Amino acid sequence: MWQYIVGTLSTTLSQFFRGIMGLLPRLVAVLIIIVIGWVGAFILQWILKKVLAWVRFNALFRNTSLIPTLRKAALPPPDELLARLVFWGVGLGFTFLASSSLGIFGLQEEVSKIILFIPQLVVALLVLLLGLLLANFFGRATLLAAVNANYASPRFLSNVVQFLIVIFAATMALDQLGVGHRVVLIAFSISFGAVMLGLAIAFGLGGRDVARRILERQFPEKKKEEEDEISPL
Amino acid sequence: MAEDTFLTDDFVRQLTAVGGVDIVVGLPTFNNRATVGRVLNAIQVGLAKYFPRERSVLINPDGGSTDGTPELVRTTTVEHYETLLAASPLRTFQRVSTVYPIGHGSGLAWRTILAAADLLGAKACISLSPDLESITPEWVDALVRPIYKEKFDFVAPIYRRHKFDGLLIKNVLWPLIRATYGSDIREPTATEVGLSGRLASHLAAQDVWRQTDTSQEGLRLWMTTLALVGNYRVCQAFLGPKTLGRNTARHDIVATVRQAVGELLRCLEAHEAFWMNRSGSQPTPVFGFQYGVAVEPVRINRARLLQTFRTGAAELASVLQSILTPTTLQQIQQVAALDDREFRFPDDLWVKTIYEFAASYHHSVINRDHLLQALVPLYQGRVASFVLQHYRAGAEEVEQHLEALSRRFEELKAYLVEGWTAKK
Repeated sequence: MWQYIVGTLSTTLSQFFRGIMGLLPRLVAVLIIIVIGWVGAFILQWILKKVLAWVRFNALFRNTSLIPTLRKAALPPPDELLARLVFWGVGLGFTFLASSSLGIFGLQEEVSKIILFIPQLVVALLVLLLGLLLANFFGRATLLAAVNANYASPRFLSNVVQFLIVIFAATMALDQLGVGHRVVLIAFSISFGAVMLGLAIAFGLGGRDVARRILERQFPEKKKEEEDEISPL
Repeated sequence: MAEDTFLTDDFVRQLTAVGGVDIVVGLPTFNNRATVGRVLNAIQVGLAKYFPRERSVLINPDGGSTDGTPELVRTTTVEHYETLLAASPLRTFQRVSTVYPIGHGSGLAWRTILAAADLLGAKACISLSPDLESITPEWVDALVRPIYKEKFDFVAPIYRRHKFDGLLIKNVLWPLIRATYGSDIREPTATEVGLSGRLASHLAAQDVWRQTDTSQEGLRLWMTTLALVGNYRVCQAFLGPKTLGRNTARHDIVATVRQAVGELLRCLEAHEAFWMNRSGSQPTPVFGFQYGVAVEPVRINRARLLQTFRTGAAELASVLQSILTPTTLQQIQQVAALDDREFRFPDDLWVKTIYEFAASYHHSVINRDHLLQALVPLYQGRVASFVLQHYRAGAEEVEQHLEALSRRFEELKAYLVEGWTAKK
């Protein structure tokens, strides 16, 4: 009996140590790969930054609203952003690939899932970025048109346009990520409907007098405004 | 001519029947039945009186009128020449009409006139607006004679205007052209112009005609600048007061700024090599006796001009920050804060504003259309200031101010060059 216990223990311990001895070199190799990956990513980022600065990469976007939009979103300029994306992409890529080579049960599958998720994440980020750019462009266009048309609250109109476009882009981005497909869409519909209904109720009931004053100001009774007779040309 | 496929077979057949001519009169129309008869009579009498021996033809490109304008153009005749000329015309007044499809832009009408002048080998080609109330036969002489007799290539008109009429020209287009191109052209966007056959052929051969979005004002400005850049002989002719028909569409200020200022800035970009190192300006010869005439008073909504300017200065600060220097923007905001009675948009500030807009347009700091729209409220402020300053002033005093403003544009040109060439 005693001999059986000792035999089982020694077998188990030897198996454990064999496992440890088998894993240790792989773990060391994985760590080396990860370190090399992150160092390589850092070097690549440094080189990319220098090259992008040399070719004046940011100048390509000077007639777009990308740079102000990135600034508003507390993001770095395009060259810095691209370099950082490459750094994180290369670093994380090495980490995931190295981890999957450890041969740990289930880890490989999870890493594959994460790698497959990256394209969706990139598309979602692009959708969000495009949404921010469009929001900025149309917000400015609305602001200019409203000022030149003498509307009472041009900034408010511009903000509403920007807000709606950003919300729409965010919804699309979340949908792309598969974060609660239906929940996001339903939440957007409900929020949008609620805003409109709220405005309608506010105008119709809550602030009847205010609404009347605003409407009277916006649509005055046929008191014709004095037209200019001068021609600019 | 670069391309003549846009001319219909029928139109070319009509031109062939006309043969060679000395003078081409272009009259683009679109639903102008109410006024075109008077213009046609003036043209007929003008040609018969001042150019009785020259062969002439009227080219009428019509944009698809539904009120019978082309029929009227084909049939209108002067009933009693004897009472007007004490003689009968020596030659038949020939006319060629063509309808160009709607949606092809205003450029096609101009292109048709220029192509006809080129094909017919005309020595002079003039263009007139179909909705003129104040046209006289002398306008034909004033526009044709400098080309026909004095060998000029481009005749721009000078009108007798109300002191507050055409303020975009007076405050932006005229002084900016004078400071950059070095020529003193008072009406760079006018419909009534005269061109030599040589210049008409040159313009017809340009590549610009495929662009369908170019406005009438833009095209005319482009023609003016091309005549200046091409070293053609340029002069001006005094035509007197210009009154348009009651139904003539009024200029929308936003559209006008976008088209006219936008086109001038595009031209400045295209002709950068011409104006960059040029300094000062040369007076442009003026033909015709410049008589004074009382012009009708005009109504101006000063309160609205000021309101638009103040709203623009406050609400568009984030947009203007990308276009103007901090100093200029700060000064504009100080002007916006002034009381109505003390409100003045100083000349130097205005000149710098225009130059900074031009440089920012060149560097495309923001979308160019947005940039031009951002200029509109500032222009309204300048107009309000101009009107307040000269409300009781005579024409002479206003003219002196405009001359001083143009000189400031010339003196500060280095500021434009500096902004234009700066790396952004």
